[in-house]
Amino acid sequence: MAGIGAQGLDSGKNILTHMGKFRIERTGGIPLSLFLIVALPFLGSVLPALLIRAGRNSAYLSTAAVTLLALVGLLLNAPAVMRGETVTARLDWLPGLGLNANFFLDGLGLLFAGLILGIGLLIIIYARFYLSREDPMGQFYSYLLLFQGAMVGIVLSDNVLLLLIFWELTSLSSFLLIGYWRHLPEGRQGARMALAVTGAGGLAMIAGMLLLGHVAGSYDLTAILDQREAIQASPLYLPALVLILLGCFTKSAQFPFHFWLPHAMAAPTPVSAYLHSATMVKAGLFLMARMWPVLSGTEAWFYLVGTTGLLTMLIGAVIALFKDDLKALLAFSTVSHLGLITMLLGFGTKAAAIGAVFHIINHATFKAALFMTAGIVDHAAHTRDIKRLGGLRKLMPTTFTLATVAALSMAGIPPLNGFLSKEMMLEEAAHTVWADYGWLVPTLATLAALFSAAYSFRYVAHVFLGPVRDDYPTEPHDPGAGMWMPPALLTLLVVLIGLFPMAMASTLVETAAGAVTGGQVQQVHLKLWHGMTPALVMSIIAIAGGVVLLGAHGWLDRVWNAMPRPEAKEIFDALVGAATRASRAVTDTLHDGSMTRYGAILLAFVLALTGYAWFSGTLAAPTRRTMEIAIIPLLGWIGVILATALVVIFHRNRLVTLVLIGVVGLVVSLAFTYLSAPDLALTQISVEVVTVVLMLLALNFLPRETPLESSPMRRMRDAALSIAAGLGVGGLIYALMVRDFAFPTISDYHLANSYSGGGGTNVVNVILVDFRGYDTFGEITVLGIAAIVIFAVTRAVLNSPVRAYLLNRKPSEPQSGDAHPMIMVVATRMMMPVALMVATYIFLRGHNLPGGGFIAGLIAAIALVMQYMASGFSWAAERLRFPYSALIGSGVLVAAATGIGSWLAGKPFLTSAFGYFHFPPLEKFELATAMLFDLGVFLAVVGAVLLALESLARFAWRPGIASEFPMDINPAREVEETTAEEAR
Amino acid sequence: MEFLVASGIGVLTAAGLYLILRLRTFPVIVGLSLLSYAVNVFLFASGRLAANAPPILNPYKADATYTDPLPQALVLTAIVISFGMTAVIVMIALAAYLSEKDDRIDMTEETGEDA
Repeated sequence: MAGIGAQGLDSGKNILTHMGKFRIERTGGIPLSLFLIVALPFLGSVLPALLIRAGRNSAYLSTAAVTLLALVGLLLNAPAVMRGETVTARLDWLPGLGLNANFFLDGLGLLFAGLILGIGLLIIIYARFYLSREDPMGQFYSYLLLFQGAMVGIVLSDNVLLLLIFWELTSLSSFLLIGYWRHLPEGRQGARMALAVTGAGGLAMIAGMLLLGHVAGSYDLTAILDQREAIQASPLYLPALVLILLGCFTKSAQFPFHFWLPHAMAAPTPVSAYLHSATMVKAGLFLMARMWPVLSGTEAWFYLVGTTGLLTMLIGAVIALFKDDLKALLAFSTVSHLGLITMLLGFGTKAAAIGAVFHIINHATFKAALFMTAGIVDHAAHTRDIKRLGGLRKLMPTTFTLATVAALSMAGIPPLNGFLSKEMMLEEAAHTVWADYGWLVPTLATLAALFSAAYSFRYVAHVFLGPVRDDYPTEPHDPGAGMWMPPALLTLLVVLIGLFPMAMASTLVETAAGAVTGGQVQQVHLKLWHGMTPALVMSIIAIAGGVVLLGAHGWLDRVWNAMPRPEAKEIFDALVGAATRASRAVTDTLHDGSMTRYGAILLAFVLALTGYAWFSGTLAAPTRRTMEIAIIPLLGWIGVILATALVVIFHRNRLVTLVLIGVVGLVVSLAFTYLSAPDLALTQISVEVVTVVLMLLALNFLPRETPLESSPMRRMRDAALSIAAGLGVGGLIYALMVRDFAFPTISDYHLANSYSGGGGTNVVNVILVDFRGYDTFGEITVLGIAAIVIFAVTRAVLNSPVRAYLLNRKPSEPQSGDAHPMIMVVATRMMMPVALMVATYIFLRGHNLPGGGFIAGLIAAIALVMQYMASGFSWAAERLRFPYSALIGSGVLVAAATGIGSWLAGKPFLTSAFGYFHFPPLEKFELATAMLFDLGVFLAVVGAVLLALESLARFAWRPGIASEFPMDINPAREVEETTAEEAR
Repeated sequence: MEFLVASGIGVLTAAGLYLILRLRTFPVIVGLSLLSYAVNVFLFASGRLAANAPPILNPYKADATYTDPLPQALVLTAIVISFGMTAVIVMIALAAYLSEKDDRIDMTEETGEDA
């Protein structure tokens, strides 16, 4: 290797080297990186979508395996977290913006990630048996994994910006999941409403987080969490708090944003159980818990969070009692329980935070189990309407047992886990004073617990107890093990945590609560019997009252239904409707479908802006001496001005326009020659040829004339706008050209290093294939894509009724009797090897003299296009040995392979190597890897140009136009035919 | 010479924009071509003008002056890319005309065989 060319300036390469510079810090022995735990669900989401072709079980097993793997990875990290360590994985992504892919795992993250992955696994098993044969299961599992990844990302992020990205991803993926049954209007509406509400909250939260990061001076969560005093003292504290809480409240369905959650129940039950009980709605809680050390403890926090939680808890519980749809009942009970946890977080005491964390665990277990049993009932009885159910105890004993245990836990009956955390809540509520009213919080909390007990009892009593009915839509029966095992496992947890809280949960609660409160929590004591405390009294009142309410339910239900209530969906729909109408009115006024009007408005706007810039700025005196005007350039100038003017005047006659455009192109390439740009001149003139061929091909099918349609006023307006723009552009470039560069140019670097670094004397070519090879690589890719777009459009058009029209179409002008004149055929065929030879020559000399891959490619393409033109499409197509798309592909691949090759030598992408070789009898010869790259350019250009022109030419094809003879007219053949006729 | 180039660019821009504002596809395509010429020459001219100084290194003359090669490299690819772009819009215009029998730019209520 003689030299290594061109590093430094290429931005593309710089990015690549930056990408390589990440650091991963580790504390403690980590068996599985946090990156991998977060990435696994995302990577795995491809599997079910692909494997569904191999059957439902393959999709299901792959999803379960991915989740299991992530869960195992998490659990391997658990011992370290339980010891009080924080596991971190850091990657500087865009440090300039404060956006780093930093993850950390502490107690709170472990708790949530465990819930997400653990319950996720159960849901995946359950869903396999829940979804019916018609449901696209691959899609379902893909969405589920995307959602899972986003959730895990939220709970492990150590950077608020990263957290926001995952936060939005949960909104998007939950939209897909809620609307999974896209044939159901409720599903679509529910998904839309959920997205609108949580998405709006997400936007507010972005603003809040940015404020918070601004105050803290860092977007890293761990750094923010250290700054409690600074943040709470800042005047931005309150706005940031309100905005962040908006995000949390909408996500966690807190009053008054609770209404989306019941409507999201149109989702399949596994989704409801997963998103709307265990995970997504808890994201808001998670964030409040995560931010607890910095945001809590102020009056604003207490009144905003505590009050919202209290109200939500009460309202949710009351509404839940009167819902007849099983899932709606559970949805409102979820709203209520989320309110409970929010309230506990709002109290701001450590004991309350411990209660909140404990209830998060308990709620996830019993509520997910309840949702799954509701799904089983729906599946078995084909209805979720409580009024049509009852007596299922005998028909579905397993489901009955599971649902009863879980529901009793929800009601807060000892010795189940719901009782423990509800006691902790009531205990905290009993000590909380709300604005001097000491009785308020305890009373309302007891009332909410009372309603909570009532609807839990109702779930059991009105669905499973009572007499067996004979009017179920189908015959209910217990499901297979695949469906009852997941809720059974959760129910088992409900019982075990209830009976042995210390053994089952105390360590986890301790670590998680420690992470929430930002310090070591004293030993957590979880036990069933605390003595005759106020909380126990409140609990007894609640349970007794719940039984009474259940007894009076029939009467209360009639009263409730007779009462007028605000219907949240109607209000929401009215709001959305008004917004839609307003935006439609604005859009319809601005966008009336007149593209020319948009163009004119855009132009006028740009003119106004640039005009303002011009008249408000100052212009320094010219510093450059201008070039003398010689006679030849003057003639060229006259030519181009004349041709352009004629184009405008005669633009309605399309053929004349094409000829005149050719004149303009010719003068432009002459100008390039005169002004020391031989490469540009060569490129321009060859592009000119293919462009004119292209336009002629198109014109064959387009009308010959453009009708006069626009009014004189309009033409005046357009002329005024364009002349102003022309003056502006001309003036700008003139001002530029008569002044020297304001900054030292980087071109000197290119001139100085072209030969020594890139091995070529043609600096333009060296820039293309070496200094800025990455750009060129992008450009040939774009060119290839453009050609393939053309190819695709042609295919689409020719497969439509247009084909019949084209075949029946009569040419507007008489066609030549001699479509393929012999002189032209002979001349082009003889020219072809010559033209290809020229292309080769231009290609080979390109590195040192004007030429190179682009120009050589164009010339080779012209050589082939000549054959199409002279001998006809069919003749040329018959002799085509390889598809042009393959040419494009191989070109891009060759260029990429050349670039990648430099990795093998340990250099950045597209570093070139070159050497000089002497092969007698040839002159000394240079071989460079850049030449291989140029070959890629050459192939891509030939392929793209020919694919584009060939596609267009396909329009003219019709059966039977191919002559069986190499030439249409052959005097010799005619003589033969006449003699043959005469002979007869 | 600078004036000739600048005025040429100005005239090409004005003509290109005028044609882009027309109501049928063909003049718009022609207008875009004119505008591409103007833009390409504009970019090229931003490297300042020089005659007899092509950026081909001369190994026999140490003090040779060269014009700015960078705008030339940019414009070279721009010329080729603008061919690709022209081809795509020609194709779209043609497909639209053949399927709707109408080559108007503006979206109107009625489309039909009047073109």
